[in-house]
Amino acid sequence: MRLTLILLGALFLALALAVAFGETAVTAAQYVRALTDPGSPPGEILWAIRAPRAVAAALVGAALGLAGAVMQGLLRNPLADPGVLGVSGLAGLGAATAIAGGLAAIPGAIEGSALAGALIAGSLVAALAARLREPEALILFGVALSAMGGALTALVFNLSPSPVTTAEMWSWLMGSVANRDWSDIAAALVPCALGATLCAFAAGGLRMLTLGEETAALSGLAMGRLRVAAVAGTALLAGASVAVAGVIGFVGLAAPHLVRGSVSDDPARTLAPSALAGAILLVAADLAARLIPTDEELKLGVVTALFGAPLFALIAWRASRSWRA
Amino acid sequence: MTPALEVRGLGVRRGRTLVLEDVTLQVFPGEVVGVIGANGSGKTTLLRAALGLQALATGEAFLAGRPVAALSDPERACLAGYLPQERRVSWNLPAWRIAALGAVGRPPAAAHADALGALAALGVAGLAERGVLDMSGGERAKVLLARLIATGAPLLVADEPAAGLDPDAQLMVMETLRARARAGAAVIASLHDLTLAARACDRLAVLAGGRLVIVAAPTEALAPPHLAAAFGLDGALVASPAGPILAARRRIASNLPPSPSWGGAAAGRGGAV
Repeated sequence: MRLTLILLGALFLALALAVAFGETAVTAAQYVRALTDPGSPPGEILWAIRAPRAVAAALVGAALGLAGAVMQGLLRNPLADPGVLGVSGLAGLGAATAIAGGLAAIPGAIEGSALAGALIAGSLVAALAARLREPEALILFGVALSAMGGALTALVFNLSPSPVTTAEMWSWLMGSVANRDWSDIAAALVPCALGATLCAFAAGGLRMLTLGEETAALSGLAMGRLRVAAVAGTALLAGASVAVAGVIGFVGLAAPHLVRGSVSDDPARTLAPSALAGAILLVAADLAARLIPTDEELKLGVVTALFGAPLFALIAWRASRSWRA
Repeated sequence: MTPALEVRGLGVRRGRTLVLEDVTLQVFPGEVVGVIGANGSGKTTLLRAALGLQALATGEAFLAGRPVAALSDPERACLAGYLPQERRVSWNLPAWRIAALGAVGRPPAAAHADALGALAALGVAGLAERGVLDMSGGERAKVLLARLIATGAPLLVADEPAAGLDPDAQLMVMETLRARARAGAAVIASLHDLTLAARACDRLAVLAGGRLVIVAAPTEALAPPHLAAAFGLDGALVASPAGPILAARRRIASNLPPSPSWGGAAAGRGGAV
């Protein structure tokens, strides 16, 4: 509980920083004006450009952090995450296909097709997780699923009708929360809230799974239902975050690891702190993407991948030692 | 009296081979039944099939007189607690939280108390706050057994609860299970240590090649002909002040009759465990 409050405080601090700082320098007098008159030019910058962007980053980060924590619990694997297991990849494929198919103008088409991709991948992963006893095997399957998603996405690019469509898909897949407005966030809130509710429902089952499938099966918990809730919840969260921000990797992997030690490794109690840690990570990463001076603004997905990939290697190294023991 | 666990004509197929064939067995409240047999004789398969964790090729399994296949997950958990052979623990939870997983439906305070009580019964109360992955294999095994005890289920099914434990801990584990039986629970446990099985169990079910050789009191179940048939051992139970001890040597040629020197030497079950 204390951890949750500390993280909540940190998140508000990160959001305040993300609203206060950006490419355009704002003077003290302009801050005062923005706060007193939201309709003024500095107010526009802070409340119509930076604030929705920061909140979108927080929402996507929270969704990914929670999805990562649930997947790690469900699959009993510290390396699980929507990106590693191909869920984000298939959601990205769904979005790219919708863009290439000219559906971008239809409201909700890209989002819906990203969600569908995430649900398909989530179901495949869950079906296999029930059969594979070795955690390594599941990661290999995730690699295969990611590779398949990557290949099909490359095919969509290959067959892309115009350079404009290609550029649009690229920008999607690299992941970004730039130029999001409040309506984008409102649209993502519904699947995120639904996904989070399902994940909270599954929390007790995740703790029971610590002892393996067979013990859980006789624990008295309705494990079948909890498993479906966990898979559907993570797919909704991952799909919704791809719908808002494209493919952003490694947040779901890193967030649970940052908080796990403080909740004595408990998969059920990792959930809320992971969501908050994910939100903080992504708000901070987006702030970094905006502040690092480059000619072209860095894409958020690029920043998280640059930091996340070495972290993945580190966690894999530590996990492989515990598997051998 | 309704048996807590009953299997009738149980058969389990793995691929094309029958790994369990025509097994009929009952376990009643208040008794400890040991399942013994060589590696691959079907001990684990029998326990899993009886709990409905394994598809049946033939026969039926009942818990408290009700067909196991018709039970919902929560109903089944009320009738039976299970300690699988697999002792992998995925996360480094403190021992009391692992033990409290046995008391999952109870209010948190009660679950915590039950967990601590079960840990104390197994002599690991001092480890309650320690992470299970920071323990030795034997300590972890006791914590996992504490979770089984914490279920308070009327039937306890334990797959090799004594494996990997030091001699004193083996005796303590079996004594803990016997205490549950005295309190009215039915207990069925697979065991490899035949001396331990002879001392701690009321009846032994001897499996060989997926078939039940005999279900009887230890002195009868471990008589030389059954030792020869099920284990390929040339030996017998020998009386000692601390209880029966299994003395045996390998049989070199499997068709050799049991050596006559063991004739009638079988000792009764005696002494405290």
